[in-house]
Amino acid sequence: METTDSPVVTSLHQSDKNEMQSENNIDSITEVEDHMTLPRIERSKETKLLDTLTENNSNPRYLPVDIQKEEAVVFDVSETVKAPEDGGHEDSGEFVVAMLARGKLEEQDVCKRISPPILETSLEASTHWDEDVTAETWRQHRKHVFVLSEAGKPIYSRYGSEEALSSTMGVMMALVSFIQSGDNVIRSVYSDEHTVVFMQQGPLVLVSVSSTRQSEQQLRNELLYVYNQIVSMLTQASITRIFEHKKNYDLRRLLAGSEKILDGLLNLVDFDPSFLLSAVHCLPIASSFRDSLSQILQKAITPNLVFSILIAKNQLLTIAQEKMVIEDAKLDPSDLHLLLNLIGASSAFQAGEIWTPICLPSFNPDCYFYAYISYLDPPECTVCLLLLSTDNEAFYAVAECKRKIEEAMQAQNALTSIAKAQSYSVSQVGVSDLRHFMYKPFDVPDNHHQLTQFTSPEMEAPYDSEEEKMRLLDLYRDMHGRIHNTSRPLKLIYHVGLRETLLAWVTTKFELYTCFSPLVTKSCAINAITKLLRWVKKEEDRLFIRYPPKYSTTPNASKS
Amino acid sequence: MTTRGNARTNGNLPQTKICQFKLVLLGDMAVGKSSLVLRFVKGQFDEFQETTIGAAFLAQSVCLDDTTVKFEIWDTAGQERYHSLAPMYYRGAQAAIVVFDITKPETFERAKAWVKELQRQASPNIVIALAGNKSDLADKRLVEYEEAQTYAEDTGLLFMETSAKTAMNVNELFLAIAKKMPKTDTQNPTHAARHRGVNLQDPDAQSSRSCCGN
Repeated sequence: METTDSPVVTSLHQSDKNEMQSENNIDSITEVEDHMTLPRIERSKETKLLDTLTENNSNPRYLPVDIQKEEAVVFDVSETVKAPEDGGHEDSGEFVVAMLARGKLEEQDVCKRISPPILETSLEASTHWDEDVTAETWRQHRKHVFVLSEAGKPIYSRYGSEEALSSTMGVMMALVSFIQSGDNVIRSVYSDEHTVVFMQQGPLVLVSVSSTRQSEQQLRNELLYVYNQIVSMLTQASITRIFEHKKNYDLRRLLAGSEKILDGLLNLVDFDPSFLLSAVHCLPIASSFRDSLSQILQKAITPNLVFSILIAKNQLLTIAQEKMVIEDAKLDPSDLHLLLNLIGASSAFQAGEIWTPICLPSFNPDCYFYAYISYLDPPECTVCLLLLSTDNEAFYAVAECKRKIEEAMQAQNALTSIAKAQSYSVSQVGVSDLRHFMYKPFDVPDNHHQLTQFTSPEMEAPYDSEEEKMRLLDLYRDMHGRIHNTSRPLKLIYHVGLRETLLAWVTTKFELYTCFSPLVTKSCAINAITKLLRWVKKEEDRLFIRYPPKYSTTPNASKS
Repeated sequence: MTTRGNARTNGNLPQTKICQFKLVLLGDMAVGKSSLVLRFVKGQFDEFQETTIGAAFLAQSVCLDDTTVKFEIWDTAGQERYHSLAPMYYRGAQAAIVVFDITKPETFERAKAWVKELQRQASPNIVIALAGNKSDLADKRLVEYEEAQTYAEDTGLLFMETSAKTAMNVNELFLAIAKKMPKTDTQNPTHAARHRGVNLQDPDAQSSRSCCGN
């Protein structure tokens, strides 16, 4: 057994595969309880928290396990496992070093690693809060996400009500603090069916239980998005302060009404590759038109205005930024994703002009911007203007900017042109056998202050159903995971599947994922990519924001 | 701040006086603040009205004899996380509607707390109205009409039970507020600026919280 000096990564393996009768036999966190049923049970003083949990559950199975520090690095308890007393679960588990397990998985064919077909569409309305958490359907969700406080108090669950899940979350926290008591950090648990990823951010613990076969890093990124969305509403500083003040504070009080925003985020994460690529997708429009929109934004300014963002159909049209601010720090695509999600997740913004504090966590997790949000085309509400100021009193001045923008757009009949703008079809590229692609360039001019972007055509047949869309995205996610594998990164993957052929390629200038019909040959695919790159080059002014416009609104600037 | 002047330059129309007032809605979450406003402004009602984020700004006018009263309405979010921001919205407001849900006594208690806060911290002449909303759910009533009315009388508030769903008393409430407002003509830009509600002299207004960028 080799020793790693990185934090413990544990892996849960089904020791006897024959016992796996149903696909969903071994499952999520409730089973993990059973694996905690270890014989070397000793009451340890450090794990008070576990003791309280035990009292609540009045179940001796939750007793803490004492791990000596030397052993804690490699978490191997296979010899010590015995069958659970209750006999309810026949499976016995073993923890093995994850790296080994992961290595084995790597060798398997992509096809086998792709997650099972979606059992239910994740875009169902947000009725999940009243779901029966003991039902099999609840266990079968592709991806669960839980947020809890260090005291084990539930904060958010993607499916099912937090109250109903409080004991499950208690077990999660028990796992976290149990490993912590050995001066270590639990990062993930692997089973054949699920990957459980843990992430601690300040006083919050986030857990993802996924059957999607995404890489741990990808799941971790998704959890970070969830954390950041929470921070965007409360700021990191106030979360820290609250829990310093009161360890068992119920954070749901402060997040009331925002469950929908988190649900929306997790749906977007599943269906929108922007999150996977950490890049922004903008609506393709003629560069001259984009420039004229940018100029409109540039002209409508007021002191302390820092970002002016124009969005249509949930995609970026243009973004103008304050010069000084952007020199200090650049707007991270992830912050923009959170803003887009916020706007998309609630129809409340259609009511009138909104003025709300919002934190951009990647920009600065501890302070608020004040966001003015208003749709420019009521009642359709597809074109949205977002103006961010650092001054909480600036509403009327910022609203005046909107008036100016509205007038200027009216004069140019811009709304009509925006309404006509749409994403493109892959057929426009004119490369046969090419079904879909995602292209993320690194070589855009002014890269340092540039917003990372990517371009991608509409998903068309055969990827027009929700299931097929998800299947293609899962294939992309798998390729992405292998390309960005920290221990063995790859530059080029050519994957021949039954239903399509995929080619992923990363250079210093771009990251590209392509999907071809299954009968394409390797040379054909490479040819096609050359053509595709030529096409993107030709169209880049239309597909990307080439030079994000800037303005100066610092109070002492000479702008009378 | 020159941008503000050209917003209203239409001089003094002789026929009607136009008065402009800042009105803020406060109250616990899910008592129906947005529903009341949308019923008043757009004549709409949505059973599944979404939670307000921050605060929404809307405008609507009512006519009173020879005066047009234009309300600039701040519909605030009721969640606890926005509570500390409330002063930003009620500062400079000439009118406030504090809303509670007649089926939830705790929202009535919350409403009383808001009234107290307004009387302590908002403009001294602010006109406060108390609205017992969801009167269409009278069979589930847990706050008695008399109780709320007695409280309103003792505290010097306007009081009405309203239903954004059936539109009962919604326009009446805004009209009653309009009648109580002092009718000085706010078309004159100096007035207008003052009534826009941003008090540049207010020392509290200097945002100690202003973040990045300066």
